[in-house]
Amino acid sequence: MKKKTRRDFIKISAIGVGGLALANPVLDWVPSFLPKEKTPIDESKAERTPTICEVCFWNCAAFAYKGADGKVQKIIGNDSDLHSTGRLCPRGTGGVGMLYDKDRLKKPLMRVGAPGSQTFKEVSWDEALDYVAKKTKEVGEKYGYESIALLDHGTTAHHFEHLFKSFGSDNTAEPAIAQCLGAREAGFINTYGAGIGSPEPTDLRNSKCLVLIGSHIGENMHNGIVQDMSIGIDRGMTVITVDPRFSTAASKSKYWLPIKPATDLALLLAWMHVLIYEDLYDKKYVEQYTYGFDDLKNHVKKYTPEWAFTKTDIAPDLIRKTAREMANASPAVAIHPGRHTAWYGDDTQRTRAIAILNALLGSWGKKGGYYFPEKIHVPHYPTPHYPEPKWTWKDITKDKYKGAFTGVTNILIDASLPDTKLKHKIKAWYITATNLIQSIPDQEKTKKAIQNMEFIVVVDTMPSEITGYADVVLPECTYLERYDYLRTTRHKEPQIALRMPAVKPMYESKPGWWIAREIGLRLGLEKYYPWKDLEEVLDWQLKQVGTSLEEMKKIGVKTFDREEALFLEDGEEYFFNTNTGKIELYSTDLDAMGYDPMPVFKEHPQPEDGFYRLIYGRVPMHTFGRTINNRFLNDLRSENHLWVNPKVAKLLYLEPGQEVWLRNQDGVVSSYPVKVRITERIRFDSVYLPHGFGNKAKQMKTAYGKGAADWELITKVLIDDVTGGTGMRSNFVEILTDNPNNEEVKA
Amino acid sequence: MRYAMAMDTKKCVGCSDCVVACQTENNVPHGYCRDWIVENVDGTYPELHLEIRSERCNHCGDAPCVRTCPTGASHIIEGGIVKVTHDECIGCGACIQACPYEARYFHPEGYVDKCTFCDHRVAKGQDTACVSVCPTRCLTFGDLDDPNSPVSKLLKSRKWKVNAPEAGTKPQVYFLI
Amino acid sequence: MKEELFVSGRNIPNIDPVLHIWHWQIPLYLFLGGLAAGLIFFATYFFITGKTDKYNVAVKISPIIAPIAIIIGLLALLLDLKHTQFFWQLYTTIRFESPMSWGAWTLGIVTPLSIIWPLLYLDDIIDYFDGKCKIITKFLKWVDKIIIGKCHIIKWIIKIARKYQKIMAWILLLLSIILGVYTGILLSAFNARPLWNTSILGPLFLVSGVSTGVAVIMWMARDHFEKISFSKIDLMLVAIELFFIIHMFMGYLASSEVQQEAAALFLGGEFTAVFWGFFVGIGLVLPALLELMELFGYKIPIAVPAFLILLGGLVFRFIMVEAGQLTRYLY
Repeated sequence: MKKKTRRDFIKISAIGVGGLALANPVLDWVPSFLPKEKTPIDESKAERTPTICEVCFWNCAAFAYKGADGKVQKIIGNDSDLHSTGRLCPRGTGGVGMLYDKDRLKKPLMRVGAPGSQTFKEVSWDEALDYVAKKTKEVGEKYGYESIALLDHGTTAHHFEHLFKSFGSDNTAEPAIAQCLGAREAGFINTYGAGIGSPEPTDLRNSKCLVLIGSHIGENMHNGIVQDMSIGIDRGMTVITVDPRFSTAASKSKYWLPIKPATDLALLLAWMHVLIYEDLYDKKYVEQYTYGFDDLKNHVKKYTPEWAFTKTDIAPDLIRKTAREMANASPAVAIHPGRHTAWYGDDTQRTRAIAILNALLGSWGKKGGYYFPEKIHVPHYPTPHYPEPKWTWKDITKDKYKGAFTGVTNILIDASLPDTKLKHKIKAWYITATNLIQSIPDQEKTKKAIQNMEFIVVVDTMPSEITGYADVVLPECTYLERYDYLRTTRHKEPQIALRMPAVKPMYESKPGWWIAREIGLRLGLEKYYPWKDLEEVLDWQLKQVGTSLEEMKKIGVKTFDREEALFLEDGEEYFFNTNTGKIELYSTDLDAMGYDPMPVFKEHPQPEDGFYRLIYGRVPMHTFGRTINNRFLNDLRSENHLWVNPKVAKLLYLEPGQEVWLRNQDGVVSSYPVKVRITERIRFDSVYLPHGFGNKAKQMKTAYGKGAADWELITKVLIDDVTGGTGMRSNFVEILTDNPNNEEVKA
Repeated sequence: MRYAMAMDTKKCVGCSDCVVACQTENNVPHGYCRDWIVENVDGTYPELHLEIRSERCNHCGDAPCVRTCPTGASHIIEGGIVKVTHDECIGCGACIQACPYEARYFHPEGYVDKCTFCDHRVAKGQDTACVSVCPTRCLTFGDLDDPNSPVSKLLKSRKWKVNAPEAGTKPQVYFLI
Repeated sequence: MKEELFVSGRNIPNIDPVLHIWHWQIPLYLFLGGLAAGLIFFATYFFITGKTDKYNVAVKISPIIAPIAIIIGLLALLLDLKHTQFFWQLYTTIRFESPMSWGAWTLGIVTPLSIIWPLLYLDDIIDYFDGKCKIITKFLKWVDKIIIGKCHIIKWIIKIARKYQKIMAWILLLLSIILGVYTGILLSAFNARPLWNTSILGPLFLVSGVSTGVAVIMWMARDHFEKISFSKIDLMLVAIELFFIIHMFMGYLASSEVQQEAAALFLGGEFTAVFWGFFVGIGLVLPALLELMELFGYKIPIAVPAFLILLGGLVFRFIMVEAGQLTRYLY
């Protein structure tokens, strides 16, 4: 007899129900005037265009699908893309919300009347561009074109960098470097002769052990890494997470080390101590590839786990155990370099410690550790040589921050201040796709610099706060409405990816390349723009690498063969791009520049009584302020909460959901109240506030005024002595239950 | 055929991609959702446990929503998928009151809307929108009647639980723990 | 510390914090349905038992309230439907597992019959109101003259109804019980609401509905015998209701955690005062005491206990619908 399966059971019950109902449905017919249901689009029939996501820097390749109404309905990852493997993160999936955001910048805007006036008028593109060109020329001729700085982010940056080089300025800086990953790059460059780059070349899919130092993967949706970590977890990878907060990553970890904030370097040094003095390090690797091991051995002798315990609150036993866990996995172990590493002012040294640990474990260039990423070289469209600037960012940066390898935003801002001590001055700004008010700490300084500018032009898609400080605002169309240069990032296999418009630019917005070119033409730089539109450039470039725009429009992503091996062979000879040709455990460059050649632990201040360290971070559904007005993503999370440990809540009589205000060590008070989340997930000496909320731009109606802004409270900045990056984790706040802003009004 | 979903709480990071993917796939209006994320924290610092679940309609084996529907708009299709027929729904809300998972809601146009296990995609051999987009691959969809389907294998090899089993609805979304 | 929160999705106003989808319409509908059930029950019961003359008001006069109550109730229900254009789909199928479906069909039959019944006694009703209320009298006379007088179909229907009034009474008697039970079963069929998830809700709502019908009859009754009779019936019903209520809570407390939590809403929770004070106290016990006093010869205007009973019945349904929607399995 056939076993009675679930399937039969369902059938029987279905018949039973059907029998009970009197011939249901009696009629399928419905009068045609009644409303109909909107059905999902059929992917196989829908029109799709390749795009590259611009919701964050991960730049996943995807296809935009259009519905019958010609509107973009959904965005789905491109299966051949190594950044996304066909799966976008929530922000990428919700990218449609950026395109159809009703609050977008729609027309060029110009400030009316005197500088500092608060009114803008809508103007034609011609009027706006003529004015931008006129002011650029004025400043350029009066102070030299070098005195114009470009503060940029994202793909649009390339178009404006070309414009800047064409008129003779190399003063370009991304907040993403000095405020985020600059220190990390310097730390690795000074160790391996190569930076980390993006995406981070960690081979987590094959790792046996992953170590995260304050990196909250999963809350940061760095797509490829999140995917790889998950695959690693499936394969039984051990995760060790160091974080004062029980982050999502910590919850997935075998070992969570709830460290006392600002003491990470002590832990890293103690780990080195254990690896070396317990003889756990990869001896063959260290001997063959590294320089300065004996120096390091002597250097870390005093940094015992017992010593580290006094700094970090982490038991010596646990430090040893985790070090052994890493050694067991060696070389398939990745101590992740992190991404936002601007913390305490000694950040290059801390990330160098991470680099050194990886070297001791022999994971650089090894399966399960770090792979060697490769990219394909796509030639530039032929244009004449750029003019040589008389001075560049290096001349105002390198004498103090010798390890800086690209323009440093905060230094360019220093050079923009009226009382700057730097030898060159900045007089005008171009700002593209970065809301400087939020992305640079110490907003009062930024505002002071803004007041001192002869001219500011902002190119953006959204009326973010910075647009309110511009003389001219140029509405750029979103990534779904434009061409951009090819994505040629480094990965396991070299790939190129195309972004093309899915729909025509909405309102009067224009692509970044068009805006830059139009300004260039008005400045008489025709020779740098020997093409009509970007399609022409792309087609030429694609033909150089053996494909065409036509093909790329269909496939979106093309993969090329690697030229070099992905990993080091056992014992393979390898030349590192350092002075010694080896991995420098002892950095000869840092030594020569007068910095500590090996990381030295320095105490950082801890909060006084009544104050809590302000830790900030991400929520996975937002790229900070960039996505905050996107209705899909705002629906997911519209405000942030202040995480407070229950012990602290008891002390301060806080209730869940209660609104509080924050006041930092410099007396700066948050503009908006924030609701309290009482949770065990945060240490008692810290509070946690996700970044990107507390928007002050009224025109961003969905996001305006929701949640509190951590960036207002980051007024104490510890500058990384090597790169000039801005350490932002040394701000301490008090929790106020009454609105202090009201008190001020009364007084 | 018995469709089911396994949701791996060990991998989910709560990014909510499933929520957005469902919204853009199924024209879910702003302010509504067919799936959602729940977080549970247990313990005392630093001995903590965190569970994140992506939840949706459980397409119950014994669906109270279908039972209480007065018009037959709520019904079960091939594979045990619980669906609502737009043209038969009168918007009485009986099914919403009957669902222990609160998986149903009134569409602003008045009819009751809910997760369909993306039957339009499943029919074409695709995964549901939420499954196909999930960056952590914590969602697995498939046929429980097929012992070799990934979802059957997961339920055999891993510990799992369902939400509110005491409601007696035989839910078909399994949480791997 | 234990924490449970929505990371995303549910913390949006249209979905959460609570799926509170039924508002004033449903309890009003349940109240009026129960009231009509009570009225029809007594009218048909005393007609069948041949006590029409003894219970003149109950059989002939008060049933006119029933169709009015039902129609207002149905309008409230229609207002509650969110996809109203498709309401006719209710009558394209019968789903026995869905109380709402057989409730709809029951009402579909009860409504026309409940209109016909008072038409059979239109003259008595006109007499009842004559000299008491001009507008009603005028209206009823107009109905008599224009609608019945000039419309042959209605004349014919009345003729047929008179001929088969006994059968009609039996049908209505049966349907009135179904209607009364239905108003309670409607709620108890919803698995997800632990408060409603008890089968005692059916009989409880029936008794409560019948008692509101009794309240109307005793309010309308003119002769002392009928008043006192219904007052006695009401006393008995109150006793039964209290008995059911105690059993209901015993059931909750002996049941699963969610039902214990549901009971807690009434035993110290936010509905304690309104349930025990307004419903049990003012809506059941107080009118019962007043009726007892009347039986012992105190002069009490019958309108007072009648009104209190009606108010209690209405409050009871509002409380049950509101509180039921607060109780849940998850979150």
